[in-house]
Amino acid sequence: MPDADLDPRPVKAEVRDFSFFYGTFQAVKNVSLSFREKAVTALIGPSGCGKTTLLRCFNRMHDLYPGNRYQGDIILHSATDGGSTQHLNIVSPKTSPIEMRMRISMVFQKPNPFPKSIFENVAYGLRLRGLRSRRDLEGRVEAALRNAALWDEVKDRLNQNAYGLSGGQQQRLCIARALAVEPEIVLFDEPTSALDPIATSKIEELIDDLRERVTILIVTHNMQQAARVSDYTAFMYLGEMIEYDRTAKVFQNPGKPLTEQYISGRFG
Amino acid sequence: MLTTEQVIAKGRLHDRVFFLVGLTLTIICLGTLAVLLYNLLAAGLPRLNLDFLTSFPSRRAAKAGILSAWVGSVLVMLVTAATAIPLGVAAGVYLEEYARKNWFTSLIEVNIANLAGVPSIIYGLMALGLLVYQFRFGQSILTGGVTLAFLILPIVIVATREAIRAIPQHMREAAYALGATRWQVVKDHLLPYSSGGISTGVIIALSRAIGETAPLVTIGALTYIAFLPPAPFSTVEGRVVGPTEWLMSPFTVLPIQMFNWVSRPGDDFAANAAAAGIVLMAATLSMNLVAIVIRARVRRRVKW
Repeated sequence: MPDADLDPRPVKAEVRDFSFFYGTFQAVKNVSLSFREKAVTALIGPSGCGKTTLLRCFNRMHDLYPGNRYQGDIILHSATDGGSTQHLNIVSPKTSPIEMRMRISMVFQKPNPFPKSIFENVAYGLRLRGLRSRRDLEGRVEAALRNAALWDEVKDRLNQNAYGLSGGQQQRLCIARALAVEPEIVLFDEPTSALDPIATSKIEELIDDLRERVTILIVTHNMQQAARVSDYTAFMYLGEMIEYDRTAKVFQNPGKPLTEQYISGRFG
Repeated sequence: MLTTEQVIAKGRLHDRVFFLVGLTLTIICLGTLAVLLYNLLAAGLPRLNLDFLTSFPSRRAAKAGILSAWVGSVLVMLVTAATAIPLGVAAGVYLEEYARKNWFTSLIEVNIANLAGVPSIIYGLMALGLLVYQFRFGQSILTGGVTLAFLILPIVIVATREAIRAIPQHMREAAYALGATRWQVVKDHLLPYSSGGISTGVIIALSRAIGETAPLVTIGALTYIAFLPPAPFSTVEGRVVGPTEWLMSPFTVLPIQMFNWVSRPGDDFAANAAAAGIVLMAATLSMNLVAIVIRARVRRRVKW
């Protein structure tokens, strides 16, 4: 990948000649790119360009619906205890989608907390992983809520229903839920499109802080947002990867005329 | 060509005519119900007292009561609920969450809708052949309860499916994205969130079953029962009763008791029938009331 070779961060995931089909419709076309570990990578492009489709391949969400097909590889690189790197093809039929979802979390477009207590929302992912001890759960829930910059606002009402929170707080709760399980990658699917500007800027600050802990992939409609929060930007159009480079380069000196037209707002 | 005023006047006239027609028809409907209720209460209330609820039927109308009938109704409903709820909810969950959508599941869907429209006596005939003669369950509480469970199964399945379908897809995706299996999504999310809708459907189904007469007459429920089913672990004739023996006991239910009394000559038994009718209606109405309360509470609690 151009210009990124100088980046000291190791590769976290590698998309190789990857296509995705909804039945006979090809939504992602022969995309190849690699994501750096503990970096924020933004996927931008007009509606229907395949960016959300690509994002949802990483946690195999497409497996929930019939007629979908992956082609090509998405290789996840994970450090093992021995110091070597383990490679796993996320979209291989042999790979368990449940395992991928346990290792790669997702934050959705619309805040979607469970109609349960704030505590249970964050604890649910941990319970799925077999954590039972009340004390461990409490510690991990608090840490996740702190990481999501929500702890101070909810610490006195952990047992109240999550739907009593504002939209922005609900989305940060969903981020805490995604972080609690200590994932390798967090996928953000337009996380601020349902929020007001103040809540949006809080989420953006949060993403900025999180880059030290976890690899982030974010799909966004908002080009200013991509420019503000990401290290790398990938521009997609009609299912194809048009340009992928450091965010500063993509926005200041795009290599392709199509990218230039899109970021200057001439279409999309 | 009409003037604007004429057009408006004509519209107003139509509006008023429709209003009056609608009002009249509503009054006729509600009036019929009110007269029915009044007749029932007038005939039955004087007869309704504690003795009536705690006495067995008798040849003498003034001494007769509905003890065996209401106990029978309650026990049959217990068997019906215990059979129809697990079967219906499981089938609903399967069809909604597990089954692939193809021509076969569409066929099943259409047929479940059809089953809801099958006359109840047909269920009675099926139960007579299958449960009484084939499985040798006898003319028992078990047979009665299972027969009514068949009858309300389609209602429970449809209610379960609708309650589960009302849960937005993003709720399922939130749970799946955390690594939940399909069963964990069902158990931890879909069933808890749809429990209000399901219980409403179940209660309404049971309130229909409690008034059913034809299928129970068909399987041979008795009309005159002057004893109660043996209570578990009680001693009858020097023998300890097993925990499930009551299931095999003969029984009667409220609507059959009513039918029996109505078919006898004389006003005294008619009064007994009316009083039993009041008890039956009170049971049905209070079940529907519980369903309404649950629905209202769930609507307030769950929002997405």
